[in-house]
Amino acid sequence: MNHWLILPILLPAVLGALLVVAARHDALLSRVFSVASCVLLLIVGLVLLGMASDGSIRVYALGDWVAPFGIVLVLDRLSALMLVLTALLGLGVLLYAVGGWDERGKHFHPLFQFQLMGLNGAFLTGDFFNLFVFFEILLIASYGLMVHGGGGLRVKAGVQYVVTNLVGSSLFLIAVGLIYSVTGTLNMADLALKVPQVPPADQALLQTGAVLLLLVFGVKAALVPLHFWLPGTYANAPGPVAALFAIMTKVGAYSIIRLYVLAFGEQAGEAAWLAAPWLLPAGLLTLVMGMTGVYAARSLGQMASFAVIGSMGMLLATVSVFTPQSLSAALYYLLHSTLAAAALFLVVDLVAERRGMLRDRLALAPRFAQGTLIAGLFFAAAIAMAGMPPLSGFLGKLLVLDAVRSHSQAVWFWALILSTSLIAIVGFARGGSLVFWKSHALETSAAASRRPAAVLPFVAVGGLLAALVVLTVAAGPVHAWLELAAAQIFAPSGYIEAVLGTAKGGQ
Amino acid sequence: MEFLIATAIGAMTAAGIYLVLRARTFPVIIGLSLLTYATNLFLFATGRLAVNLPPVISGEAVAYTDPLPQALVLTAIVISFGMTAVIVVMALRAYFETGNDHVDLPGEASPEAREDDWKLLGRKQGDGPRQSVVEERA
Repeated sequence: MNHWLILPILLPAVLGALLVVAARHDALLSRVFSVASCVLLLIVGLVLLGMASDGSIRVYALGDWVAPFGIVLVLDRLSALMLVLTALLGLGVLLYAVGGWDERGKHFHPLFQFQLMGLNGAFLTGDFFNLFVFFEILLIASYGLMVHGGGGLRVKAGVQYVVTNLVGSSLFLIAVGLIYSVTGTLNMADLALKVPQVPPADQALLQTGAVLLLLVFGVKAALVPLHFWLPGTYANAPGPVAALFAIMTKVGAYSIIRLYVLAFGEQAGEAAWLAAPWLLPAGLLTLVMGMTGVYAARSLGQMASFAVIGSMGMLLATVSVFTPQSLSAALYYLLHSTLAAAALFLVVDLVAERRGMLRDRLALAPRFAQGTLIAGLFFAAAIAMAGMPPLSGFLGKLLVLDAVRSHSQAVWFWALILSTSLIAIVGFARGGSLVFWKSHALETSAAASRRPAAVLPFVAVGGLLAALVVLTVAAGPVHAWLELAAAQIFAPSGYIEAVLGTAKGGQ
Repeated sequence: MEFLIATAIGAMTAAGIYLVLRARTFPVIIGLSLLTYATNLFLFATGRLAVNLPPVISGEAVAYTDPLPQALVLTAIVISFGMTAVIVVMALRAYFETGNDHVDLPGEASPEAREDDWKLLGRKQGDGPRQSVVEERA
């Protein structure tokens, strides 16, 4: 058996525990361990990506229990891609945090590792109760990270976040129970085989379960009308944590892509393409809501949060078309929007750090230290987030617009995507000019501008933006690879054979 | 028995949803607990209700009940127990930091109102934890 598959889960789990026990009082040691873990995760991710690139699907049966009775980890192109994205983002955010920010509260590094463990597990697992467990792991870690550094407002926002997600978890369990009660399986590949065989009398239960599950993933992915938790959480979470959370919404999107093509896709009989009629209008509505929110925001943090909602809307609306072409466009946009959102949140944190009591609020204030450099970074991140040329957001939008051209609702896609882009651009321009540009008109230059800055935060933001540039320059090969990944998703028989074929081999 | 279980699940869910929508943290937490109880019962019932049937292999068994939902419920109970502990601690911390136990953020209506709220509390909206709390924990 190929033991590489378990490493992305095992490595952060072991290191996280080690950090709690051994490196609790030693800031340097925990930083070294944490960064080393992230670098290793990136290397493991790249190795797995290399393995997955040959087009075969690898299965890891935990404890050597054969599927569908045991839990399996499954590595295909999509999960390998998500692993690399997680590791890349994790490394960027961690570099930002070890610039001194991580000392504001305790246990940042162990929580960070457990968060990565939950994310990697969610991307790898082939069992949907196990998916629930990994969701809980990443959520528990995120609760800790969300209130890192404390402060009344932040803890309050944290309580709201926890309540929302606990209700979401209950719904998840009910959905899992409903689906299990009519199919008798928890394995995703086995589910894909059992769903078409569900008798008509049980269809109502099955479809209720599936739609409830969509609701749960919608909560994670901040799909309108389930997005309400996101602005409060992200805008009040510390900057680096909000940047890491940029991938959390994508876990919801990933789960929708995985489950609703595999189990409720073409072969699902009566339940075929169950998600599409809900996802399409909700996605477009999310896009409008998010980008309008960018325009209406009162602080840069809120602006970035609404930009995340908008990008999720765009992503999910594109996914809901459910064609290989649209999925590859959506995946390209997913890569882009994760990195861009993270960069934007980090820049917002750089601003908030330097403006004293005013934090990141959209109000006139004197110039601050390294203002010019940060303004440049904000400009780049905002261009990326709004989807303007020359960065990858523009290419992502082009791909999406091209992919939906023959869809029956193409008019809506084109009209809404183009008009919301304009709104977002105006919103970002308004925020940027108020915070960076107009401050030059004020006579009083803050004395703090002499303050030496930590280098690492800038390296981290620059690194994330550089990743966007790479994504733009290498758009051709990346998109070709993503097309193969999408084709693999839309051929579920390969996945099912890979998972359940091992069962036959084991007997 | 079906009627009893179904009623119990329904009643607990209804009460749970009502309490979760309350404005203060204590009823919300109770509501969450009720919701998780209802969920656990529901999960248990997905293996079909059966009386006097063993879930594991036994010599004199005539039939078996589905053991998997029971395992799922165990996992769910452990997770929900941990989660309840987390949210109780966070709610307490929020109460001590801000002086009230409202679920809503202070002055979500407007930034001015938020400012007033902070003034009323007599505290600055800061980023780091208060020194006393850090010292207590160290």
